[in-house]
Amino acid sequence: MRIVAFILLLAWATIGPAHAVTPDEMLKDPGQEARARALSTGLRCMVCQNQSIDDSDADLAHDIRVLLRERIVAGDSDDAVIKFLVARYGDFILLKPPVNIETILLWAVPFATLLLGGVGIFIASRRHPLSAAPPTTLSEDERRRLQRLLAEDQPAPGSPSR
Amino acid sequence: MIVELGHFALVLALALALIQSSVPFWGAMQRDPRLLAVAPPAAITQFLLIGLAFAALVQAHVTDDFSLLNVVENSHSQKPLLYKVTGVWGNHEGSMLLWVLILSLFGASVAAFGGNLPDRLRGLVLSVQAWIATAFLVFILFTSNPFLRIERPPAEGNDLNPVLQDIGLAIHPPLLYLGYVGCSISFAFAVAALIDGRIDAAWARWVRPWTLAAWLFLTLGIAMGSYWAYYTLGWGGFWFWDPVENASLMPWLVTTALLHSAIVMEKRDALKIWTVLLAILAFSLSLVGTFLVRSGVLTSVHAFASSPARGIFILAILCLFIGGALSLFAFRATTLSPGGIFAPISREGALILNNLFLTAAAATVVVGTLYPLALEALTGTRISVGAPFFNLTFAPLVVPLLLIVPYGPFLAWKRGDLRGVTQRLMAAFAVTILIMAIAAVLAGATNVLAILGLGLGVWLVAGALAELAFRVRLGSSSFGESLRRLAGLPRSAFGTTVAHAGLGLVVLGIVSASAWSTERILTMRPGETTTIAGREIKLDGVNQRQGANYIEKAVHFTVSRGGVVETVAEPSKRKFPVRGSETTEAAIKTFWLSQLYVSLGDVADDGAVTVRIYWKPLVTLTWLGAIVMAFGGLLSLSDRRLRVGAPRPARRVLAVPAE
Repeated sequence: MRIVAFILLLAWATIGPAHAVTPDEMLKDPGQEARARALSTGLRCMVCQNQSIDDSDADLAHDIRVLLRERIVAGDSDDAVIKFLVARYGDFILLKPPVNIETILLWAVPFATLLLGGVGIFIASRRHPLSAAPPTTLSEDERRRLQRLLAEDQPAPGSPSR
Repeated sequence: MIVELGHFALVLALALALIQSSVPFWGAMQRDPRLLAVAPPAAITQFLLIGLAFAALVQAHVTDDFSLLNVVENSHSQKPLLYKVTGVWGNHEGSMLLWVLILSLFGASVAAFGGNLPDRLRGLVLSVQAWIATAFLVFILFTSNPFLRIERPPAEGNDLNPVLQDIGLAIHPPLLYLGYVGCSISFAFAVAALIDGRIDAAWARWVRPWTLAAWLFLTLGIAMGSYWAYYTLGWGGFWFWDPVENASLMPWLVTTALLHSAIVMEKRDALKIWTVLLAILAFSLSLVGTFLVRSGVLTSVHAFASSPARGIFILAILCLFIGGALSLFAFRATTLSPGGIFAPISREGALILNNLFLTAAAATVVVGTLYPLALEALTGTRISVGAPFFNLTFAPLVVPLLLIVPYGPFLAWKRGDLRGVTQRLMAAFAVTILIMAIAAVLAGATNVLAILGLGLGVWLVAGALAELAFRVRLGSSSFGESLRRLAGLPRSAFGTTVAHAGLGLVVLGIVSASAWSTERILTMRPGETTTIAGREIKLDGVNQRQGANYIEKAVHFTVSRGGVVETVAEPSKRKFPVRGSETTEAAIKTFWLSQLYVSLGDVADDGAVTVRIYWKPLVTLTWLGAIVMAFGGLLSLSDRRLRVGAPRPARRVLAVPAE
């Protein structure tokens, strides 16, 4: 089982060949079918590895696709369909997790990293402002380091800067 | 006998790795050149020993030695020879052996081509490299030994998973491993430098070729994996934000950032601390990727419990190396001095911005991959993080980065002239607007986002070419003079242009294939015809065939345009009796840069066939662009200023330690 699990992972984690949505599942009304397709791409086939029900050929994905279309034919709005499925299967079915106390960190990290990084760079640049002219002479420490470097080895091939 | 020889070689490699871990390290501490000199021959011998072990395993697979558990579980006498060879790493044990083989290959390369390194640094680097090798050799020998015999060998093996019986297995894992494991060199350099307390521009110059090599293999490995998924999975998708894919994307993003920050360090002696941190993070994320894929934590959290030894072992290696390196970093980073000074609008400033966005993008992928696992472990709540999440977070972080890419190479070091650069980019901008307008007329302006995405791709390509044109003074001096300048440009300058243009091609491919794909999903019977992208596709009939180790049902289609036959397509379904599983082989026909993709659903006995036909405009650019990017990396790597093994006879004399 372990081996099988690993092999499936190696094979980009899909359970068998995907057949996805089939013609007999599709709705007659192209408008309704388009809505169903759009909704399915955001819903997870829960027995698969991050695959949407639109892409998966698992039986469960088929069942949810049919269920979803039944709700649409019954006249549910997109929101109502999603609510119905979440009530039934939990948030796990949503490929876009809802923002709540448990997921706030998940949603915050991307932009917080950008923000904190930006602030960090700003502070660092303030600490070494351009107006502070670069030292023109070598400090005693640098002179020693230079000598050590020269004595120990030569730098890599070519000139150090162009 | 050969198997035992391989097994023994592997144990010997471990013993040698222990020596390589300790003796040169001690030599570096004691400044003893004789002890330091142990490292290079040890690294090369270690590679030979692991190579011998690997060859022994390949031999066992090729000759169907069913007394070996690994062969029984993953091979079959009827399997084609190619898959007998590639099947060696199509399983857990063999793939880990390939992992350490490549690790030792990199170690041996540093030993063989690192003649220009100071002995002390080289000894330390090889020593750190050997710590990693030791950890993984112990892991293989104690939890994942591929050389285990079984008492009663069966007459036949269980065959390899049919999904893996594909040419992709021959290319994708080795390339990806070369990338993953290649990051270990920059990691070893970073740790060695921290131990040594000496980091300068020369260090960045030594690290860059190794990082570049790892990056280009990683780029190719990811692209190959994406194409494999595309043609195997049967519905024309090529990126799924699957955790296994993310595992390869995380180190790629960080390695890309590292490549750029190392340039700043090399040219301007700035960003040292940050560059060292990136070198540590790149390999750390490779290890996290290895852990995610190999421990089984991803299929389901419960699969992890079924093989606790392996998962926990890799987790321990992970904590040891990441934790150790980061602690060392925290302890020693303050001793490193910040370097050159520059204005915000400058080449350095642009590269810092590049690093900021790449790091944020990498953080997004890391958190999107690990958060669901952590949340379930801590609270039991199960959530899914899929494409819609990354579309809302990753995309807004990457788009601004892509927008500024053409500016970077134009800006001068220290202090750049933003207005001047904008003027020089006017031609590229005009081309972008023109192509966007043409696309809006041709495809209709309904999908504004797609037109903008297309513009972004064109902007990248045009911007990269504009930089090259500016460098050779195309237009502002005679054509002959431009040609002469072109010939005189260093290869690394071409490398930048080509890699950035390749990035633009990838964007074009992704945008076009996602926005303008069309599909037909229907049930067809022999003789029936459907149309897609101005072509008629006729189902001619179903053929049954016998393959080497499978039975195949192939459906024959004729593709014609305006009554003229263009090509035939023959997608099929294969049944593998040994494993009792089935695969779908899509038929993919390439028309210039676009592809027609025909895949099968159910094939009923009465001849009714469920067919999926997709038209994917410009989709091939997604992977061709990645190949172009990698080629840019190769150009840069071949620049003689960066070449690792550039012979310099005069140096030999200097390198001999005084005794």
